[in-house]
Amino acid sequence: MGASDKMNMTAADTTGHQMAPRPVDGRLSIQHVGKIYDPEGARVVAVHSANIEIAPGDFVAIVGPSGCGKSTLMNIIAGFDNVTEGQVLLDGQPLATPNSPPRPGSDRVVVFQNGALFPWKTVLENVMYGPIVQRKMSSSEAEQRAMDLLAKCGGLDKVANSYPPQLSSGMQRRVEIVRALINEPKILLLDEPFRAMDTVSKTVMHQHLLEMYRVCHKTIVFITHDLEEAIYLADKVVVMTSRPGTIKSTINVNLPRPRTPDMMMGSEYLALKAQVIAGVHEEAKKAFERGEREHA
Amino acid sequence: MKSAEKTLETPIMNQPVVKNPKIRLPRINWRGVIAIIGFFVAWHLSVKLGFPGFREIAAPYDVLHTFLTRYLDNPDYWASWVASFKRVLYGFLIAQLLGIPLGLLLGTRQTFNHLVYPVIEIMRPIPPLAWVPISILFWPTTESSIIFITFIGAFFIIVINVHDAVKSIKKEHIWLAQSLGASSGQIFRRIMIPSVIPSIAVGMTLGIAVTWNVVIAAEMISGDNGLGRLTWEGYVSHTVTVVIIGMVSIGLAGYLSTIVVDYLEKKMMPWRVAR
Repeated sequence: MGASDKMNMTAADTTGHQMAPRPVDGRLSIQHVGKIYDPEGARVVAVHSANIEIAPGDFVAIVGPSGCGKSTLMNIIAGFDNVTEGQVLLDGQPLATPNSPPRPGSDRVVVFQNGALFPWKTVLENVMYGPIVQRKMSSSEAEQRAMDLLAKCGGLDKVANSYPPQLSSGMQRRVEIVRALINEPKILLLDEPFRAMDTVSKTVMHQHLLEMYRVCHKTIVFITHDLEEAIYLADKVVVMTSRPGTIKSTINVNLPRPRTPDMMMGSEYLALKAQVIAGVHEEAKKAFERGEREHA
Repeated sequence: MKSAEKTLETPIMNQPVVKNPKIRLPRINWRGVIAIIGFFVAWHLSVKLGFPGFREIAAPYDVLHTFLTRYLDNPDYWASWVASFKRVLYGFLIAQLLGIPLGLLLGTRQTFNHLVYPVIEIMRPIPPLAWVPISILFWPTTESSIIFITFIGAFFIIVINVHDAVKSIKKEHIWLAQSLGASSGQIFRRIMIPSVIPSIAVGMTLGIAVTWNVVIAAEMISGDNGLGRLTWEGYVSHTVTVVIIGMVSIGLAGYLSTIVVDYLEKKMMPWRVAR
């Protein structure tokens, strides 16, 4: 009973719970950011003059057709890639400028679309990895903290000693989020984390993610191509255009929290959806036609 | 919603994660037993009825008789086992000790790769037995030249396997470790090494089979003891029973080595066993 009980709580019982207070850290400013691959040769413009302001504790979704530079933007924020124009600031401190090499850090941890748990470590060891390599905690402290977080995030402490390949992809993804959260990041970066999942699992994962967001209130940047998911989860939806990747529009989602699946039937949600679809459809069509021309 | 979550989570929750429910006795493959009996019957009949090609071959009963009366308690026979096993062990171990670091270096250091890889690509296709003459001339003792040839057999396999494995390490794993604050030394020890262990295991499985092939052939050519020599001497002295005893012994030795290697691989990769 215990485990599934805890997990079922998320959907029904959140109404009585309050959001954790808004954090003071985690303000992300993306200012005129541009990224050109191979500037001397082919000059592929992946991102062009992107501006996004994210307040501490905001849940921002970036949507756009495939190849629009969403993942490039994420790699820049995470510090896996550098910018060629503009700058990215985190709480006023420069994260990425054209002259600085990419610099990853535990203040912004990524959850990747294909999953990147270390298969040779147990769930617990995976979660403990960050604090241990940074020597922020002793191994007994890290274990304690990891078990707490795993338990808090839907009873994952039950599988602490399993190896990742033994878990469902949904559980793996939740463990990955916990592995990021234990480092107290200012920003959680989610790169299409539920992409390969079926609709039912996705809905379940949305509730889990919203619950984690409620409990550990952090700035979240969520990359996706799924518009409904973006509107349902986020406070702000940023729509990107493709090639060059620019920001077409930013839509504020004023749906109240906690979000529940029945909101997806509400008129407010549907109006937002229509608005976003209009923007993305135009872009997708352009991209599609361009693709056809190029392959003709 | 509730039922959906249940179907998603229960199968995993119910899975025995650490515990092994009960030890089951292996079921006997009766078809296999019949096939083995059939094989011996056919062999026996072929010899007794004097089928073409079987005139010189000993019958299974004679082989067993010779084995029980002249070899089972013969220290020279068991010394052949020890000699061959020693060569395989040395050749195999040296190949792992040199091949794994070389594969890692080739995969991680580009300048080193550009310098060394072409040489390896030239040497790799040379069959280990083609090294026999050079090896005998180069090494002071027969023993060391046989070990060297055995080493060659496993070395290139392990180098190529580890090298490929380093190239195919998931970049997300490296990125993530960097994000979480791991130093490059920690990334090497905690990310790269475990990532290549499955390929090291594949290299070991292939390597042990090749070392047995090579050691037997090398013993036939230049050895003065060992299971390969035993088999060859049986042929030279026209004692077919000895040839067959040698062959069966080699088969058993290879089989035993594979069991040991499989066991080691399971120990190296606890996460694979648990799956």
